[in-house]
Amino acid sequence: MGSSAEFFQHLVNGLTLGGIYALIALGYTMVYGILKFINFAHGDILMAGSYIGLFIYNAIRGQAIGAWTIVAFFIAMLAGMIFSAALGMAIEKIAYKPLRRATRLAPLLSAIGVSFILSNSAAWMWGTRSRKLEYPFHNTPIRIKGVSITPHQILILVVVVVTMIALKLFVDRSRIGKAMRATSLDQDTAKLMGIRSDKIITITFAIGSALAATAGFLIALEIKIYPSMGTMTGLKAFVAAVVGGIGNISGAMLGGILLGLLETFGVALLGIPYGLRDTIAFVALIIILLVKPEGLLGKVEKEKV
Amino acid sequence: MVNFILLILIYTGVYALMAIGQNLITGYLGLLSLTQAGFFAIGSYVTAILTTTYGVNFWVSVPLAALLSGFFGLLIGLPTLRLKGDYLAIATLGFGEIVRNILNNWDKVTKGPMGIQRIPMVSIFGMKVSPYTKWGFLALVWVFVVVFYVIFERITQSRIGRAFEAIREDEIAASSMGINTTVYKVWGFVLGASVAGIAGSLQAVFILSVTPSVFTFMVSIMVLCMVVLGGMGNFLAVILGAFIIQFISYFPQLVGLSNVIPPQFKQVLFGLILVIMMIWRPQGILGRQTRGAPGLLRKGGER
Repeated sequence: MGSSAEFFQHLVNGLTLGGIYALIALGYTMVYGILKFINFAHGDILMAGSYIGLFIYNAIRGQAIGAWTIVAFFIAMLAGMIFSAALGMAIEKIAYKPLRRATRLAPLLSAIGVSFILSNSAAWMWGTRSRKLEYPFHNTPIRIKGVSITPHQILILVVVVVTMIALKLFVDRSRIGKAMRATSLDQDTAKLMGIRSDKIITITFAIGSALAATAGFLIALEIKIYPSMGTMTGLKAFVAAVVGGIGNISGAMLGGILLGLLETFGVALLGIPYGLRDTIAFVALIIILLVKPEGLLGKVEKEKV
Repeated sequence: MVNFILLILIYTGVYALMAIGQNLITGYLGLLSLTQAGFFAIGSYVTAILTTTYGVNFWVSVPLAALLSGFFGLLIGLPTLRLKGDYLAIATLGFGEIVRNILNNWDKVTKGPMGIQRIPMVSIFGMKVSPYTKWGFLALVWVFVVVFYVIFERITQSRIGRAFEAIREDEIAASSMGINTTVYKVWGFVLGASVAGIAGSLQAVFILSVTPSVFTFMVSIMVLCMVVLGGMGNFLAVILGAFIIQFISYFPQLVGLSNVIPPQFKQVLFGLILVIMMIWRPQGILGRQTRGAPGLLRKGGER
């Protein structure tokens, strides 16, 4: 394998991983944009959705590999998304909404609590062993000039790209998307313009959680899922959101993909030991906070009294 | 039975030290730090490594444990606390995981997942304080708790404490009063981290071994629960919180139901405590200490 082939191989792997991070980062960034609040339970909502997707897929996929397995794959993914969306909305209503007028610290502590409840309930109900989706189809790598790409990776990239375009169109073009942008710009003024901000917040949580479930389901396909996965996965996605500029939707996409590439190339080229792979995201966070805290696409916000 | 209660009280003491530090950070400065477990681990390993590999006395290792924990606190605090917002929370969340990651992987120094065994017992004036005869150890731990309770109480009653509270209530107003908010936030965080390091030292000589699996995220959550349950901004309340959480934690064993109640049950309970307290009683069981004329200084609404 030539070195340029090797490079493209890492590029493919990095893009796949980065696409997944980007999907999760979107949820953080959308919620932060509107409520200025880190939803610590986001990673655990992802975990819950991916488990539901996995269970449904295993129940309906049947034995033979064929066209139905692909259909079943998407049905299960959709089910996971709906479950997570409902979970996200419920959490917002029960644990965050009563605290909207409280101190800045209160919703954060509540979110940490929710995160801990979800991950431990999952461990309690479903056990702590890690699980993976059974292959939806033959996963023989396709080789193009020494670069191998698996059908799974193609599937992941397709899902990520389609989801991102859909979200971008929704936020930029639709009426609700416009209301979301207005709310994130200035909640009080948006209210005066007749936007029901509570409804917009609920929708934001639903969309963010559904995206997280999508990402979780893709993780179940390519890597593995376990009850405590939310912490590290969520942390990385949050770093991605900060790198891109928190509150900025395109930034989250960019940040996610950059982080995926950074992790893949960090291990492959810089010789960072695989066991310390998770450290890369953390170091990236510290560096971006030191150098450009508003993120790559974020704008500097003046502090106002 | 008596032994078991002593065990709970010893752990209450060790965790009370961490909770005192967390209270300074969260209760006084209003910052969310999620990594007392990380500093706890650093303190434990400093004492473990120094006393076993290098034959250093425990009493020498304690200040070094505090120093190293504080140093890492400085490393996280400097980049994150300059900024407003909640970056500290996420950076500390990551830090705790990274510490465990490194302890598991840096075989040469930390011996990996196996950890370090055969840590020598503490001795005072030639007398061994054995963790097996629990009374002596209990006294040792609580001397530490009382000393740090007094120190932190004095700090927070001083000008520094008022600066902390000013920053918590309104950072912009505080800085316009001439308070260098970044410096105060960083030092508060470093102090809170160092006590957790000292708690780690005590833990190491109590268990007489250290393994990375002890220092999970749950430890940080328990400490946070202690502060939230007892009452943010009240050191005595936080110590009470430490006792309640430790009691809950050991309750299944105490009543002999540890086979019936799954371990996740108490963890779900800790999560519930955080959510429920925030919604219904954010000031905790005992509430915040007020200074001066109570009522006069109270701002509208509960904090």
